[in-house]
Amino acid sequence: MENVPPVLFLLGASHHTAPLAVREKLALDDTRAAALAERLQRTPGVREFALLNTCNRMEIYGVAEDPVAIAALREALCATTGCPPAEFDAAGFLRQNHETVSHLFAVASGLDSQIVGETEILGQVKAAYDAALARQWTGPVLNRVFQKTFQAAKHVRTHTGIGSGQISVATVAVDLAGRIFGELASSRVLVVGAGEIGLKTAQAFQSRGVTSITVASRTLSNAEAAAARTGGWAASLAELPEAVVAADIVASSTSSPGHVLTAPLVAAAMKRRAARPLFLIDLALPRDIDPGTAALPNVFLYNLDDLAKIAEENLALREAEVAKCRAILAERTAALWPQVAHSLQGKKF
Amino acid sequence: MSSLLTDRVLLWFGAVLYLAGFVTGLVALTRRQSAGGLRTILNLLLVGGWGFQMAGLYVRGLAVGGCPLGNKFEIVQFVAWSVMVLYFFVGTTFRGSLLGLFTAGYAALLALVSLLLPAWDLDRGTKIFGQNPWIELHAALAVFSYGVFGLLALTAVMHLLQNWSLKHKRLNGLFWFLPSVVQLDQINHRLLAFGVLLLTFSLGVGAAWWVRDTASVDLPKLVVTVGVWFAYLVVLVLRWRAWLVSVRFAWVCLVMFAVALLSLGPVNSSRHHPVVLTPER
Repeated sequence: MENVPPVLFLLGASHHTAPLAVREKLALDDTRAAALAERLQRTPGVREFALLNTCNRMEIYGVAEDPVAIAALREALCATTGCPPAEFDAAGFLRQNHETVSHLFAVASGLDSQIVGETEILGQVKAAYDAALARQWTGPVLNRVFQKTFQAAKHVRTHTGIGSGQISVATVAVDLAGRIFGELASSRVLVVGAGEIGLKTAQAFQSRGVTSITVASRTLSNAEAAAARTGGWAASLAELPEAVVAADIVASSTSSPGHVLTAPLVAAAMKRRAARPLFLIDLALPRDIDPGTAALPNVFLYNLDDLAKIAEENLALREAEVAKCRAILAERTAALWPQVAHSLQGKKF
Repeated sequence: MSSLLTDRVLLWFGAVLYLAGFVTGLVALTRRQSAGGLRTILNLLLVGGWGFQMAGLYVRGLAVGGCPLGNKFEIVQFVAWSVMVLYFFVGTTFRGSLLGLFTAGYAALLALVSLLLPAWDLDRGTKIFGQNPWIELHAALAVFSYGVFGLLALTAVMHLLQNWSLKHKRLNGLFWFLPSVVQLDQINHRLLAFGVLLLTFSLGVGAAWWVRDTASVDLPKLVVTVGVWFAYLVVLVLRWRAWLVSVRFAWVCLVMFAVALLSLGPVNSSRHHPVVLTPER
């Protein structure tokens, strides 16, 4: 009988192939992940494995001695998660050898993500690998493949525009603020209205180092409650003229039917702070900020539509980079695969 | 040095490298290559160009027996060299080295135009400063301050572009590489202060010698030089008091540099005899 070399494989399901209901069944909490790992360790013919488990995918990367081992592994997965095998077969996928490398490269680079180019997935892949390495689930083949994956993902991010531009309203606003003020650590943010969107925007600014946040609301108790959530100060709308003078960035999201920040109010504030730019973010519908403020020197006004349009443009730019990324990753897969195939035959890298 | 490597040949090498830096930077930008790569290529070409230009000016300086500021060609070359020196100090703080691209284009333009117009280099004065190092310092500092104002004009253009892109919500392409509005405003302010300081010092040195021989400087040169210095000083005070800010400040910096460049004509044509004064004991 012919001696068949072991197989590098990927077994799993992702948001591309599986509906949410199936992904919910396949999702592994810590207990189930440990139980699955224990089964896989006991599965004959499975030499190495690593589990990548995120909200959008459940993937098992591994080295198996033969197709029988992969079938046993599939049964172990279905038994542990409670997902009926037929349902898994309909929504899942199996990749082998260089297709596995190619898939992992694409996943780690953010090409396979729901939001193309997002960076969180690379951290998740690293965490999955670190966990497998620490428990000695991986061996020479997977170690090599994962290390090359991280290099490939880094290369793609550095040499293409796949990660450029923000794609959510809050992060687009933060990005724009960076283009006005540079470093944001010393910028002062004023949130007008105690609503959720304003607070999320404030938190996005905090994540970029902003420490000075003031929340102004018609009702002072609401402002105080919101300020407590952001670790900032509270103010009433009556204090708005003074608060605008002190602020660098104003994000407004009240339910007021009229303009909360009028052009004369902003013009008067700018006279007292002429040398410092003012970034106005209107997150409300109907709009809170008089569009006339956009004509004032050193004032930059963006509303919801403007931010959404930038986010869409950024996403389109990222998607335009996908083909370039895939070409780079294909080259890297082609370079790596002969080494991996060599190693699968039991030879050293 | 080889007879083939004359001052003009060295200056040509410098100009071509500046141009190569500009073209390389522009290509990298249109292909959206990484900022780090862009910065490295640009800086290598600019350092090379600057080295050749300095060598050319040094050879010219040896030939004329002093600082090579004896005609329009030499002054323009010196301004381009000064702009590059300043870029090496200022440019490192700029995102994506877009300032390097602008500086490369600007220095290449100045250097090439001066080389392509032989009329600017027909009369080449020797020992025009009468071997007086103070007058030489006065002239060098004055021209160097023009280099500062030239860089200020570039950063003012960048400020106007960034302001336009943010106001009109055109944020991709070239605009992505521009530094922030606040950074540009700060660097404009500092460059203006530095330029005024240099020009003030230069005029102070010149004035100390002029009072001993008031006939050594023509009235047009005196009026134009003091006028340019005073105008820049007024702009600095207005900016410092925050009465002239943002886009208006950037526009004024641009207009002022155009005026300063035009003033070079009367200043240069006013040279009619060397200064031979010696310091008072």
